[in-house]
Order: sequence, then structure tokens, then C-alpha cells
Amino acid sequence: MLTPSKVLDLYFLEARCMLIEVAATLDRFDRAVDSDSNGDGGDDRIEKLYESLQVLSSKSETSDRSEQLLKLFSGPA
Amino acid sequence: MQIIQPHYHAIARTAQDYERMAMSGVVAVCEPAFWAGFDREYPETFIDYFRQIGEFEPTRAADYGIRHFFWVAVNPKEAENQELSREVLKRFPDFFKMPNCLGVGETGLHKSTANEATIFEEQVSLAIEHDQLILIHTPHLEDKTHGTRRILEILEGLPVDRNRVWIDHAEEHTIRPILDAGYWSGFTLYPITKCSPKRAVDMLEMYGRERILVNSSADWGPSDPFTLQECVCEYRRRGNSLQDAMEIFYNNPVRFLGQNPKFDLPMLKVEEMREEAEEPVEQPAEESADLT
Repeated sequence: MLTPSKVLDLYFLEARCMLIEVAATLDRFDRAVDSDSNGDGGDDRIEKLYESLQVLSSKSETSDRSEQLLKLFSGPA
Repeated sequence: MQIIQPHYHAIARTAQDYERMAMSGVVAVCEPAFWAGFDREYPETFIDYFRQIGEFEPTRAADYGIRHFFWVAVNPKEAENQELSREVLKRFPDFFKMPNCLGVGETGLHKSTANEATIFEEQVSLAIEHDQLILIHTPHLEDKTHGTRRILEILEGLPVDRNRVWIDHAEEHTIRPILDAGYWSGFTLYPITKCSPKRAVDMLEMYGRERILVNSSADWGPSDPFTLQECVCEYRRRGNSLQDAMEIFYNNPVRFLGQNPKFDLPMLKVEEMREEAEEPVEQPAEESADLT
């Protein structure tokens, strides 16, 4: 098992990169909505992305964020 | 599609990169001087490095039909040593005379210290004095916002022709002040630490293609020369024409680098070829009948 600081040494930049990519994707979606007369077309996938960000933004006591996101993006069991 | 790699550290890469670049449309690479991963101690070490990228690398590139150009500079990290830097700067004019040297780069800032700023200013002044193009490195990660602002402040006090200055490694938070001030801006496409191909295309959509250069990442660290081709694919995937792609990934480098006459590649335009329709040949009536 890695130490907490080693985890950040190894994965901080990678996580930073992925978060910026998510931010860029949301910005891209917003610009597309602005330029499309149909708006967001009622597509609920964007809501799933925002819900997943809420999961990520909380400091959970259980380390199960990946599991929570996979359930969020899954169909009914 | 023909592509120019405007910022490529060939010294850190293998010949296989040249081969694959040639196979994927790259016709020219430009190699700025950069940090070797350790701080050099002697001016002669820099001089031999400049000889390697100015004399030897063009022969490796030529084996694959790729033109190779280079730049000279003391990189910001080593510019902390002023005495060493000034000894190296004295030798720049010898390299400016070489047929494939484009100018001074990549100079700039790393941690934006006073020493770095002084040597940066001296390098820009030397370039102006010798009518050379200027390529500027902006700092990494958490130092980028402040460093880019400092670079713009320093340039503000110098008599530079802004159209001959390329400020590189711009991202969403630094591109606007660079373009607003009239400089060329570059995006450097790294797997993790700088811009990505998708975000580069986002910025092209937001800011247009005027005074924009796009580079891959190619050095001794985690980098990927083919992020440039990935960016071309992303740009085309969003419905942009082949000519528009050529304007960004080929003609824009020619527009900027061609301000130095040594960079003599022509601008290119995509033209559709139409074969003229042949006159129909009349067949004798009996032969036509046989064919039915």
C-alpha cells in the first residue's frame, strides 16, 4: 500500500488532467447548447455527469466513489 | 495531409519517430533549444548541443525526407546562472548565420526569478538586434499564470515586433492576454501536463485560427509526438474542412516561421482535380447488337 503523499506524487497530475478534461467537456456541451436552436434536446446524460461530480465533491468516509459512479451510470439491476 | 511540427526536441527521440512522422504527413520539424534534464556547467556544453541540433539532427531528419530547423537559447531553468548564460549568449550570432537557424528559443521563464527575467530580457534584446524570430516558453502548471503575466510585462518594455514573437504552451487561462497583446500563441499537446488535443480544438473554436500554432510534445519526459495527428483528427471529426486543417497545422507555421526567409516551405492549398469527361465512342450498329 502506498503512503498518502506517494499517492498524490503518482496520481495528482493525472487526476488534475482528467478533471480539466471533464471541465472542457462540460464547456463544450454548453457552447453546443448555445449554438443549437434545440437547446440540450432533453438529453439526461448531462445530468448524470453533474450527479457524478456531486459524488466526487464530497469527502466520503468510505472509499467507494468509483463504485457509486458505476452504479450511477448503470441501468437498473 | 502535410503537417509541420513547429516545436520538437528531436535530440531526445529515436529515428523511429522520424520514420513514423514521415509516414503520417510531417514534412518539417523545428527544434528549439531546451533543458537537458540536468543543469549544464560549461558554455562549451551548450555550444556542442547547438551544433548537434543544428548540424547533426538535420541529417537524421533528411533520412526520412523531413526538413529540420533549429533555434538557440539558454532555457529559463539554466538562466539562473547569469555568468554561464552570458558566455553562451556571446556565441548566438555564430549560429544565427547557419542556414537552418530560425532565431532565439525557447527562452522565457520557469520560476520567474529576477535572474531568469534578466537573462530572458537579454536574449530577447539579442534577437531583436540580429533581426531573429523569438520563441518563448511559459512556465509549467502552478507557475504558468504568474509567469505568463511576467513575460508579457517584460516584453511590454522591449521594442519587439509582436508578430515575430511566439509565446508557447498557452492554455485556456493564458491564451487571451497573449492574443490580445498581438503575439502568436502556441498550444503544446501533452498526455497529461499541458494541453490536450480536444482542448486545443476547443480553443480553436473559441478563438479562431489566426496567430495560433499547435505543437505536439516531444522531449525526454512523458510526451507523445503524435498528439499533433490526434489533434488533426479531432479537428476534422468536428466537421472542419481539409483546407481549414491545413491552415492550422501547416500554413500557420509557414506564416510565422516564414518571416525568417530560411524557412522556405510554400503555403499549400487543397484543390480538387476533375478529370475531363472523354468523348463517347460510337459503336457500329452490328457490334452493339452482339453485346446485348
